[in-house]
Amino acid sequence: MQYEPVIGLEVHAQLRTRSKVFCGCSTRFGAPPNSQTCPVCLGLPGSLPVVNGRAVEMAAMAGLALDCRINRRSLLARKNYFYPDLPKGYQISQFEEPLAVDGRVRVPLPDRGTPGVPGTLRELDVGIIRVHLEEDAGKSIHAARQDTLVNLNRCGVPLMEIVTCPDLRSGREASDFLDYLRRVLIFLSLCDGNMEEGSLRCDANVSVRPVGETSLGTKTEIKNLNSFRFLNKALDYEIRRQVRVLESGRQVVQETRLWEEDREETRPMRSKEEAHDYRYFPDPDLLPIVIPAERLEEIRKTMPELPADRARRFGSQYGLDPGDTLVATRTPEFADYFEASAERARNPKSVLNWMVGDVTHRLRKDGRGLHESPVKASDLGELIRLLDDGTISGKMAKGVFDRMYETGKSPGAIVREQNLAQISDRSELETVVSGILESHSEAVERYRNGKRGLLGFFVGQVMRQTRGQANPKMVNELLRKMLDQ
Amino acid sequence: MSITPKEVRRIAELAHLEFSPAELERFVGQFQRILDYFEQLRQVDTKGVEPTYHGLAEIPEAGAVRPDRNQPSLAPETVLEGAPKARKGYFRVPRVIE
Repeated sequence: MQYEPVIGLEVHAQLRTRSKVFCGCSTRFGAPPNSQTCPVCLGLPGSLPVVNGRAVEMAAMAGLALDCRINRRSLLARKNYFYPDLPKGYQISQFEEPLAVDGRVRVPLPDRGTPGVPGTLRELDVGIIRVHLEEDAGKSIHAARQDTLVNLNRCGVPLMEIVTCPDLRSGREASDFLDYLRRVLIFLSLCDGNMEEGSLRCDANVSVRPVGETSLGTKTEIKNLNSFRFLNKALDYEIRRQVRVLESGRQVVQETRLWEEDREETRPMRSKEEAHDYRYFPDPDLLPIVIPAERLEEIRKTMPELPADRARRFGSQYGLDPGDTLVATRTPEFADYFEASAERARNPKSVLNWMVGDVTHRLRKDGRGLHESPVKASDLGELIRLLDDGTISGKMAKGVFDRMYETGKSPGAIVREQNLAQISDRSELETVVSGILESHSEAVERYRNGKRGLLGFFVGQVMRQTRGQANPKMVNELLRKMLDQ
Repeated sequence: MSITPKEVRRIAELAHLEFSPAELERFVGQFQRILDYFEQLRQVDTKGVEPTYHGLAEIPEAGAVRPDRNQPSLAPETVLEGAPKARKGYFRVPRVIE
């Protein structure tokens, strides 16, 4: 029997606020343990939480970006369970009436079905069930055969939970979706997207069903999917496992499983604390969150361009191929650099090639990010312009680029300094070429008698006389014209 | 609606509380009286009435949000003062994962 996997994701994204969601403690990652806590996030008696307005607006902006309906009023609820990294004994979250519901994401992807054809993109359509605001828990460290150590700095850091519909059909689709969602959050400056530091985390609900079946099979929840590679591998493993279970006539058990990278398998999670009844109720310490329509409109207006919209615009405005529009919008920095450079160069395709090639290679070699590039975007554009208008040759451009990278100087300054400018002046080159032909009349004779290979010799002579600065294309053209007349 | 001793035991379990059989018996009666009261409230026709989620929900000033600004945190030593066990700045608790 053929089986079809059905996958939905729950993504947790830390919002990039300065302070926690219900108190003023810092959200900075990597501080000494338990140095960023206060009575509110420790859940000490008598303390009262007050919601961070910025966190609410950021979650609302995410809801808008994911095409959700934003609830004018939403409720903060207590989710009750016991765990050492949760000092209050409950997590403040949202249950009934979350901040945003019923969204949809169209993930633009290169169409892998038609290799070599640059013309098409396809879209992966993923429904969003809800986006809600909640607080993060602390972090537990479980070293082998030792007590658990708890750091509560992360307690109360604002988290946004994004829940998708079960619309994904493979590990690949899941990681493609997560990759795009991550880019949306980064382009909107809502989350830094750092999966290694846990700012973006992902759990998956997975089930399989016979192809053609419309009801859902029994699902398992996979936790610990904190890289794209793990997500891909863990889901594919779990799909295979469930198919094996069903094919052997057994039933899939509904349970939470953990991806174990060392063993490359998912295993049932065994925890001493298992509460399956969270007894949600509205938090009496907090009022409902209200976002007035006017405020929501302001948020909508100040929302930066989404990566898919920007890619589409790069296609129409700069004439990039669909595949290239995705390359140019990998990160906001890359897209900004591309635009600033393309404005100057008027040759967007060449800008992208330089960025993917020389710029990226040099930066990678030095372990630098694009924002640390000694070559400014406008200077790269200027370099490409000098190349395109024939002022310098392709070979010279490489040298000028290296010099720009080393000194941070503008390409114009380097060309002047090194007297590099290519000779593209027609009459000047004509004088040089005719002089060469006169002083090598014997070779000219042999060329005209059929020894065509001598063309290279003449080119070499011209280059020698101009110290390599003659425009090679023009030299070739002039030589042919004057030799063949 | 009536509550059973089994449900009261479950609620105690979820709250990590232990009670004697006599105490549980007493709670069954007390829980039942609360539920009976809500049953009585349910008789009121509330069709078209917005739920009140909070006593202050109608007062706009009470719903004020906090600006995203940092306030000083407690010193780690102070935070760990109440911890039965601590190690290297961390709270130390019995091993959670098997």
